[in-house]
Amino acid sequence: MSTVSITLGEVAASLALVAVAVAVSFWRHAELEQDIAVAVLRSFLQLTAVGYVIQAIFDTDSLWLVAALLAGMVAFGAWTARGRAKAVPGATGPILLALAVAATVTLGLVLALGVFAAEPRYLVPVGGMVIGNSMTAVAVALNRLADEMHEGRRQIEAMLALGATSFQAARATLARSLRSGMIPLVDSTKTTGIVFFPGTMVGMLVAGAEPVDAVRLQIVLLWVLLGAVALAGLIAVSLGYRGFFTDAHQLRES
Amino acid sequence: MGPSGSGKSTLLRLLNRLADPDQGTVRYHGTDVRELDPLELRRRVGLVPQLPAPVPGSVADNVCFGPRLDGREVDPERPLRLAGLDSSFVERDASRLSVGEQQRVMLARALALEPEVLLLDEPTAALDEDAKAAVEDALTSLPGVSLVVVTHEPAQAERLASHIVRLENGQVRK
Repeated sequence: MSTVSITLGEVAASLALVAVAVAVSFWRHAELEQDIAVAVLRSFLQLTAVGYVIQAIFDTDSLWLVAALLAGMVAFGAWTARGRAKAVPGATGPILLALAVAATVTLGLVLALGVFAAEPRYLVPVGGMVIGNSMTAVAVALNRLADEMHEGRRQIEAMLALGATSFQAARATLARSLRSGMIPLVDSTKTTGIVFFPGTMVGMLVAGAEPVDAVRLQIVLLWVLLGAVALAGLIAVSLGYRGFFTDAHQLRES
Repeated sequence: MGPSGSGKSTLLRLLNRLADPDQGTVRYHGTDVRELDPLELRRRVGLVPQLPAPVPGSVADNVCFGPRLDGREVDPERPLRLAGLDSSFVERDASRLSVGEQQRVMLARALALEPEVLLLDEPTAALDEDAKAAVEDALTSLPGVSLVVVTHEPAQAERLASHIVRLENGQVRK
């Protein structure tokens, strides 16, 4: 397989486009100059650091190190999603479990089916994508859950008053929350190749791979992500809603 | 009865355990309600909320909602009739009814569980005079159901009640 190498000088040259972003922000008073600077610096530092980590893992070829890296990603992803779903009481556990199960089951299935070999060069990037997409889906779904539990309080309590369990009273809310977590990926999977070229495919094409290979890998990844996101959303929502109720099927005070 | 903010709705929610008191106990037939199965208690002690909260679907879907939760089918016409609505309402979309009609559907929905006690939170607060009279008529002619009615209106309390408890700032004032 051919490889591309990119010098630091070439990386620095792409800062020209960052300058455009800063100029636009300054000119139109979007007040994002500082955020852009932080984003650029963080992306450089984080990606460089993770590059060295991945290089080290590839060099040692240890699956234990892969597992440790993915566990770290799950923890960081859970922490991020937690920050965006603050209004869901006790959501940390459900989020952690959602990301961990989504990563384990999807990677396990992909390995078992022989789609990828059990090597760090597949597991690390695919695992990262699975965890990242699951994190976003979980955050969106739980955010929606919190909004709906707040707005639908009267309806939900009316159902409880008729002898509904917490789950029966929240069922429609759970369905809508899960749906909102999954929809962005479903939609982007629908429009992929027409409206935008997904990152993996772009990367492989730039790196010199045959278009057919690039496309097939991208398809595999999109389909894997669909499963992962559904699983993560399901777990987060099914466990997360319990934080809104007591054991006696009462709505907690908000 | 009592002014708004006096704790009437909260008291009602304690009676079927939608909430628990910070102190003291609520007893039903001598048993602390916390020792009863809350779902069973809520079927025996039904609550009609202050504002209609229909589930999406027909009037029949709403009336049958409670019994269906534990796998029973009921004929929606009897509870509807008790609540003062005729059978032409059965198939109508609940969300398209007037507030007064919806409120009677809420009453029918609670009655479909054949409760021993009905808790009513300002059952006519959102209604005009005609609809209010219709709901009050329905309430006074219910067979074999004890009513606990919350109202801010002394005249309504006189019309509906055999015992009146006045609440102010969370305290009972005879």
